Amino acid sequence: MYQYDQYDHQIIGERITQFRNQTERYLAGELKDEEFLPLRLQNGLYIQRLAPMLRINVPYGMINSTQLRRLARITRDYDKGYAHVSTRQNFQLNWPNLAEVPNILAELAEVEMHATQSSGNCIRNTTSDQFAGIAVDEEVDPRPYCEIIRQWSSFHPEFAFLPRKFKIAVTGSDNDRAATLVHDIGLRVLKNADGEIGFRVFVGGGLGRTPVIGTLIRDFLPEKDLLTYLDAILRIYNLFGRRDNKYKARIKILVKAMGIEAFANKVEAEWEHLKNDESQLTQQEIERCQSFFTTPAYETIDDQQAQSLVDQQASDNLAFQKWLTRNLFQHKTPGYSAVILSLKSTGIAPGDITERQLDIIADLADKYSFGEARTTHDQNIVLADVRKSELFSLWQEARAAGFATPNIGTLTDLICCPGGDFCSLANAKSIPVAEAIQRRFDDIDYVYDLGDIDLNISGCMNACGHHHVGHIGILGVDKKGEEFYQIQLGGNANKNAALGKVLGPAFSREQMPHVISTILNVFVEKRQGDEMFIDTYNRIGIFPFKERVYAK
Amino acid sequence: MPNNRHIIKDGQIAVNEWLLVTDSSQPIPEAKVIVSLDIWQAHKEQLAKKPVGLWIKNDQSLETIHKDLSQFDVIAIDFPGFMDGRGFSIGRLLRDRYHYQGEIRATGSIIRDQLCYLKRCGFNAFDLGGNSNLESAIASLNDFSDGYQISVDQKTPLFRRRA
Repeated sequence: MYQYDQYDHQIIGERITQFRNQTERYLAGELKDEEFLPLRLQNGLYIQRLAPMLRINVPYGMINSTQLRRLARITRDYDKGYAHVSTRQNFQLNWPNLAEVPNILAELAEVEMHATQSSGNCIRNTTSDQFAGIAVDEEVDPRPYCEIIRQWSSFHPEFAFLPRKFKIAVTGSDNDRAATLVHDIGLRVLKNADGEIGFRVFVGGGLGRTPVIGTLIRDFLPEKDLLTYLDAILRIYNLFGRRDNKYKARIKILVKAMGIEAFANKVEAEWEHLKNDESQLTQQEIERCQSFFTTPAYETIDDQQAQSLVDQQASDNLAFQKWLTRNLFQHKTPGYSAVILSLKSTGIAPGDITERQLDIIADLADKYSFGEARTTHDQNIVLADVRKSELFSLWQEARAAGFATPNIGTLTDLICCPGGDFCSLANAKSIPVAEAIQRRFDDIDYVYDLGDIDLNISGCMNACGHHHVGHIGILGVDKKGEEFYQIQLGGNANKNAALGKVLGPAFSREQMPHVISTILNVFVEKRQGDEMFIDTYNRIGIFPFKERVYAK
Repeated sequence: MPNNRHIIKDGQIAVNEWLLVTDSSQPIPEAKVIVSLDIWQAHKEQLAKKPVGLWIKNDQSLETIHKDLSQFDVIAIDFPGFMDGRGFSIGRLLRDRYHYQGEIRATGSIIRDQLCYLKRCGFNAFDLGGNSNLESAIASLNDFSDGYQISVDQKTPLFRRRA
């Protein structure tokens, strides 16, 4: 993992001093509400329905046990003892006291964490693949480049007051687990025929009220040009992005309005001026950042032997077997597995985690996974480097702590925003819908038979729950003060990224479990073999679902 | 601007010597004036005889005016709202692309918490309006003693300076 040097500590320390002063001036009435607003947002602080909400960055999802323990302590000391993993790999606290936020930020800085630009109209936390560095299908580890982008984007003097928020995601694999095509900039790090590293650059993707799949703007950008090219895109966006209507202010609208060709030409013309400036990356800097993401001290393990032990343990224990089927991810190193700890047990808001669980994950990371963990955009936690021989004992501990629900990738591993229970933007609650669906589909065998399904729920069209790219997407809407839920089918967040289509008129919350059940019945009837829901949908289209759901 | 007697310039409180003139229907006063682009274009020869400043809106392209830039003692960039950050890019373009050496002044709606970033983008004068406490605002120019990126006042990014 990246480690701060004296410069990082100095810069983040100065930021906290700055924000402490701003908070004091606000509380003293010297700074108006509307002036304090962007300043607090760029330090992670929202004012929510019931209380402030503080969004803490987990840069590209990487977190260590010291940081987890500090988060646990912060939720105990400053909050109500639980935190929330967001769909952008960050942690959110729901009940901090505004006046205490500078102290929280200072506590975070001690363990090399921050909330810098986690909201506001600026460059947000860069997200990535939760299996970066260990996935078999990965071409280049994206994390060193994520860190380079983190530093470049932090306190960038030119881009702190953009037309709207700006999100960058990086993946090193074709099976895009970072949903890069629905980001303002999506980067695929790869090697060309000569073995040189570079980026395929996509621009103008995004969810929200106008969902768009990103468009290719550069097929191969050499790695040294990463920052100058990002500067060029951001400058064009900053100068020409719309400022008159916040719903039309994202870069996707600019790209659509100009057309990708005209937009790309403008970026290239700008880049001509910038590409040879001092921001061009040096090999030394790339290697410095790569040096933080070397492989840990893996043991040499006979994979077959390790696997046969696991198989034997599984044959004696059905619950363990189910967990193995769903909650593991293949590791490129023989004898190791990545383990996904589920934060989706029924009755608990998806992504919520208690301070005690945070401490336990820190302990598990120390004991089983070189002291590191990762947050995922589907709101779970990964221990990336677990010896297969220790899976059984890890499973037992994880189960006792409440995050061994064997449902990863299934219907009940749903993505869900905080919704109307917490968020002041929401039109409808989302957590109760998630819970009702989890309760309705509590038969784990049925859920397994359905195979992989992404069910995503957003409480409003800002789409924090990524409903557009769920195989089944649910959007909360408000009709004359009443909550209704619209269903979309056919979205996909991965390499075949697609936006869902609206099924038809919305339903009440009470109807939702039944409607989802009807949709799944159609799937089960029409399914060929072990086909995934999304593949069946793509084969038969929306009509059979529509017909059944709205049958008179 | 005429009503704001003082501004921050080069890190100190200074008297504002310039009068902003944007109404092209009125005669140009005798005082030192900062004029809008249309007034400059209409009265270029008359104005160029003495010190003059240009006031530009943040949607006006520098490409149409860049040949004239060296004639201005000051270029004032308008911030129509402090959340509208186009001016940050314009400041950098004036310094980095067009090598403008004179005063670049942020006018309109800015807040002291933006001074440090504005300075890094090439601004050296700040008109904060009448109600600000300029003495305390000056401190915000130095909220950060260093930055990761290149900027007008630091041509070498941190990664090239790290030991």
